[in-house]
Amino acid sequence: MQRILLRQIAHARSGDKGDSSNVGLIADNEAAYEVIRNEVTPERVKKHFANIVNGKVDRYELPNLLCLNFILHDSLGGGGSESLRNDAQGKTHGQALLLMEMEVPDDLPVQPIKNF
Amino acid sequence: MQEPILIGNGQGFWGDSIDAPKNLLDGGPIHYLTLDYLAEVTMSIMQRQKLHNPQRGYATDFVQLMKDTLPSILDKNIKVIANAGGVNPKACREAIFTVARELGLTGLKIGIVEGDDIVEQLPEMMTTGVELNHMETGEPLTSLKDNVLSANVYISSLPIAEALEKGAQVIITGRATDPGLVLAPMVYEFGWKEDEWDKLAAGTIAGHILECGAQATGGNFTRWWDVPGFANIGYPIVEAKSDGTFVVTKHPGTGGMVTKDTVSEQIVYEMGDPKNYISPDVTVDFTTIQLVEDGTDRVKVSGIKGSPTTDSYKVSISYSDGFKASGTLTISGPDAYAKAQKCGEVIWERLKNAGCTFENTNTEYLGLSSSHGEINPIPEQINEVVLRVSARDSNQENLVRFGKEIAPLVTNGPPGVTGFAGGRPKPQQIVAYWPALIDKNLVKTSVTVEEV
Repeated sequence: MQRILLRQIAHARSGDKGDSSNVGLIADNEAAYEVIRNEVTPERVKKHFANIVNGKVDRYELPNLLCLNFILHDSLGGGGSESLRNDAQGKTHGQALLLMEMEVPDDLPVQPIKNF
Repeated sequence: MQEPILIGNGQGFWGDSIDAPKNLLDGGPIHYLTLDYLAEVTMSIMQRQKLHNPQRGYATDFVQLMKDTLPSILDKNIKVIANAGGVNPKACREAIFTVARELGLTGLKIGIVEGDDIVEQLPEMMTTGVELNHMETGEPLTSLKDNVLSANVYISSLPIAEALEKGAQVIITGRATDPGLVLAPMVYEFGWKEDEWDKLAAGTIAGHILECGAQATGGNFTRWWDVPGFANIGYPIVEAKSDGTFVVTKHPGTGGMVTKDTVSEQIVYEMGDPKNYISPDVTVDFTTIQLVEDGTDRVKVSGIKGSPTTDSYKVSISYSDGFKASGTLTISGPDAYAKAQKCGEVIWERLKNAGCTFENTNTEYLGLSSSHGEINPIPEQINEVVLRVSARDSNQENLVRFGKEIAPLVTNGPPGVTGFAGGRPKPQQIVAYWPALIDKNLVKTSVTVEEV
């Protein structure tokens, strides 16, 4: 097994829905989709966002887009205009999910992390 | 019209690039230009402007854009569909007519769609038993008392298609759905029927992909290092066919990129349950979307399935919910983080000593994982951090007091504190959002087309 960051096998975008945010996580290929489907469970996402998400995490599957959609309930400090947070709309939650560390099979192709 | 029809979206929100619509008009062929100016907060701002001046309450950026581009729009016979009308589509139309007359243009037909704004009908609706309970919490609207600022129904694409049918060159709506602006020309051009669910679903997806402008063409894309030419990023265009398939692309020679990956990211943006995306036109199943790359900067979209929509419209109600303010200070090293923490403590302690309390406060350290919390470890050496303090209260005076307690830290706290050129933060009204559902039969939309 190799230890990687989720961003090496997937990309993501997040946005807001009231006081919840959504993160669409898109795998780079079918093998990576199988890995994220098994590994990136709602429980694990809730733990990853422990000090951001106060509610539950729902997960939906879109195999046609190699995508998992997560709804992070009660994650924006009130949401929209009511929130006192700098990121009141969860714009950065996608980038945060991609920092999840995970063990994947050695033969799974992964992208190198670029340094700037 | 010959297939495909080309629809470009040049505005994802009020505040988006002012050059993008012009670049779409000048950079290559399009038949339709759509412009999305509205968000929940925007409607309440416009409602306040209208109360102050009955001739305002619409997106004034749109008037300037028309001033700059109407001759070329008429010359090329491009149709413009914009939800710039806000809470006053009539006044917006008059402003455009005035611009057209100033430019010496004749024969310009403008269509307006009205009926989405129900704020004046609310009191009567509530006495006749219309429930506008909060969609998530179930609370009754009566709990807001007199704090409602605006109430707008998300209307369907059909009135917009009707305005096209009546020959409008420019169509101004209030709170139409964002995807509906793009779906409407397809309904009109291809004669799609109200129950052709798969086609309506396809047009809705096309609109969803376009509605945030450059977010479909490389903007906000995870692998940003792969995106060429952010500075002149092209805004998205769909080439739509009558069978419901379409290609997402952009003008040649523009920056950005259109790939399966950039389009996929936009498809999942702000998505809930992918099998039940409900619009006033159709219910869409996002798990049926098929994407295929069709050459450079071209993604073909097909396979989309839809099902009947519901009997309700969504209503966006905004209401006043107190005040908030935020202020920042930049703290440079050595010991930047420790000094920033001290500054934060001092601000709250002084306010407490002054007898000033708040319903809610927040202290953030921008630069130190303020967005991601414990997901990112805080490094040992920190040479600079921005302290951001925020407070919320129903009493505006408390926030005025709060705003006065930040700048003093530059001279009467720890050293190396700067970044206060912006002045004292001012209290902002909190405009909260109340989503509800309303029976479609209670909402009457109307379409008027007039010529200058």
